Amino acid sequence: MNDATRTSPPDRPEIFYRPTPSDTSGVVQKPLSAWERIYNIPALRKFALLVLLALIWQIYAVDLGNQLIFPTFSETMQAFFQGIVSGGLLLKAWTSIRVLLIGYAAGIALATLLTVMAITSRLGTDLLETLTAMFNPLPAIALLPLALIWFGLGEGSLVFVLVHSVLWAVSLNTHSGFMSVSLTLRMVGRNYGLSGFAYVRQILIPAAFPSILSGLKTGWAFAWRTLIAAELVFGVSSGSGGLGWFIYLSKNLLEIPSVFAGLFMVILIGLFVENVIFNTIERYTVRKWGMQL
Amino acid sequence: MDQGLSGSAALLDVSGVTLQYKTREHLITATYRVSFQVRQSDRFVLLGPSGCGKSTLLKAVGGYLPAVEGSIRLKGEIVTQPGPDRMMVFQEFDQLLPWKSVCENVMFPLMASGKLGRREAREKALDYIDKVNLTKFAHSFPHVLSGGMKQRVAIARGMAMEPAILLMDEPFAALDALTRRKMQDELLQLWDDTRFTVLFVTHSIPEAIRIGNRILLLTPHPGQVKAELNSLARTEHDLERFTQMEEKINTLLFADRVEEEETARE
Repeated sequence: MNDATRTSPPDRPEIFYRPTPSDTSGVVQKPLSAWERIYNIPALRKFALLVLLALIWQIYAVDLGNQLIFPTFSETMQAFFQGIVSGGLLLKAWTSIRVLLIGYAAGIALATLLTVMAITSRLGTDLLETLTAMFNPLPAIALLPLALIWFGLGEGSLVFVLVHSVLWAVSLNTHSGFMSVSLTLRMVGRNYGLSGFAYVRQILIPAAFPSILSGLKTGWAFAWRTLIAAELVFGVSSGSGGLGWFIYLSKNLLEIPSVFAGLFMVILIGLFVENVIFNTIERYTVRKWGMQL
Repeated sequence: MDQGLSGSAALLDVSGVTLQYKTREHLITATYRVSFQVRQSDRFVLLGPSGCGKSTLLKAVGGYLPAVEGSIRLKGEIVTQPGPDRMMVFQEFDQLLPWKSVCENVMFPLMASGKLGRREAREKALDYIDKVNLTKFAHSFPHVLSGGMKQRVAIARGMAMEPAILLMDEPFAALDALTRRKMQDELLQLWDDTRFTVLFVTHSIPEAIRIGNRILLLTPHPGQVKAELNSLARTEHDLERFTQMEEKINTLLFADRVEEEETARE
């Protein structure tokens, strides 16, 4: 008998259920609580964090009580608004941004050229790889003395170092993005009879967009850093200097709250570009397409 | 009756095709002198175990791979490069363009090949999306669809182009068994509607018998034709005949190997 139970399990009847109608089964869908819904807004979460950081700053600075070393948040804000009202700060920010945009655009154009060369020929790939290996680790600021000799004290030098800081980051990311486009998608594109520029534009670029975007972001951050640093080094160019110059000047006048206000402006612009511009691009592209969460 | 005449002649003529590809260390012969002919409205199945070069053969018909020897002709013209007259349906779920909605995915090849304008392409796309029962998802993006739904979009996309021949590379292999069965039935229903010509690669014997009207058996290393069989009729649902057919294919594919092993033992 033992053997029989071991070899085959006992017979069981088949069982059939009738599904219960859904209205008797209780809650299927329930709205989230107000707190959960508020917590789900990313902008609000980030704003709360910023407020918290400002609060910590204020408490620490009040406790320290030395304006020359670490002004309070409220003093910085005061200097910031004064700077804006007197017109200097916004104008200086614009001077910086204008140069930045020129350098950024030129860097992206060159990066496009370089990556297109890299995907169309093996020699182009080698060229890109060698150049990035050589120049990517080289800090843009280190080129500034040379740039000053070549292009003189002005916008030309700034654009030159900006291009250097954008070019390698963007082309490296774009190229690796192109390389990682799945074979299936490539075959799909060729199946449609696409080739040359149409193939790159309609298949490769959208498929590699997550990497391209991260390259653009890194390039932007590099460019911004380089620009402020370069302005700090050689200050004013044509008539009105940029934000770096503003910071440098305020330091020399020992107006430390203004130094902080200048830094605050740099941070503010960075936050805006990251959270508004790039975020919007992401929302309408890679996140909508499900390529990124 | 011009249609009737061309219907009896070969639409796709593969004759004596040898295919080779290189890996880092070896030159591999995927198929050796394979010949077959596909006629209008055939459901032609390439069946064989892995390593028999059936997918490579399909890629060669798709124009992705040149033949080392022999020729592949579609409507009398030699195949040299990929083109929209041979739409591919791949096995992978990532074959839809993630940056386009379902409807745009179906429209894209219609417009990219210059076949139709935006409005007509849209109409046709919605028509075929309806045929694969995805009207509700026409404006969704691929990442929200299940695997089976993605494959249905890929099939709709292929069929909307009304290609001379539809190439399907194990399109249901990555699906679960239940969905797979359902997709096979749907594909057959679509064929009943439009009588498209399809070249279908699979390694599943039951799938080959169910889908195909003509089955090409390939043996591996290198891929060579073992037999070209007629499958059961579309309307025939005799379980016994089905099992017989399965047995027959099994013996054809694997009998040699048993013999070889036996002789090796002696």
